[in-house]
Amino acid sequence: MPKMTLSHFEASLLFSLFTSIVLGIVSKRTDRERLNYGLYVFGCFLVALFGIGWLMHFGHG
Amino acid sequence: MAAKEKAAKEPMPPLNVWLAPVAVGWLVPGGGHFLLKRRGRGVLLAASITCMFVLGLLMRGAMFKPESGDILTILINWGGFLGDIASGILYLLTSWLGYNQPDMAGAVHDYGTKFLVTAGLLNILAMVDAYEIAGGRKS
Repeated sequence: MPKMTLSHFEASLLFSLFTSIVLGIVSKRTDRERLNYGLYVFGCFLVALFGIGWLMHFGHG
Repeated sequence: MAAKEKAAKEPMPPLNVWLAPVAVGWLVPGGGHFLLKRRGRGVLLAASITCMFVLGLLMRGAMFKPESGDILTILINWGGFLGDIASGILYLLTSWLGYNQPDMAGAVHDYGTKFLVTAGLLNILAMVDAYEIAGGRKS
């Protein structure tokens, strides 16, 4: 089986994408709400990803 | 507040209504939704959970095994094992085909391990959703 080597960013992005899709589907009651919530969760993941990334960058000095 | 109390008092739906969708949903990610004729959602759940699991395998993530020891070891290993096994047929096939990646140091392996567990946890959410649909609490 081939081994896949992803960067931190790629792995986090894929994790965010799949998790957002599932959370969007199971959390809301209409398709519109599901889409909006999925996009919102994905956005939150991205904000956390970049925010914590920069925090670690400055934390290392 | 009143709506929350009303939801909390709702009786549990009969076993024969929700058992099959939840069991099929555990065995095949998204399968419960297919059984309940929610094909679009079933496809998205199946694709997302399977992709997450396969990426975990490709990154050579480790599968958890139940272990005894101190409380933290028990929590981590039993929790991880339950997360892994919640992927249903994906976990069973992987085990039957002899996948036995040892837990190794490295960011990629670590991501892989987390992807494998998260795939199972997402499948648990999908099973809960199938339960609610089968019980008539959701459309």
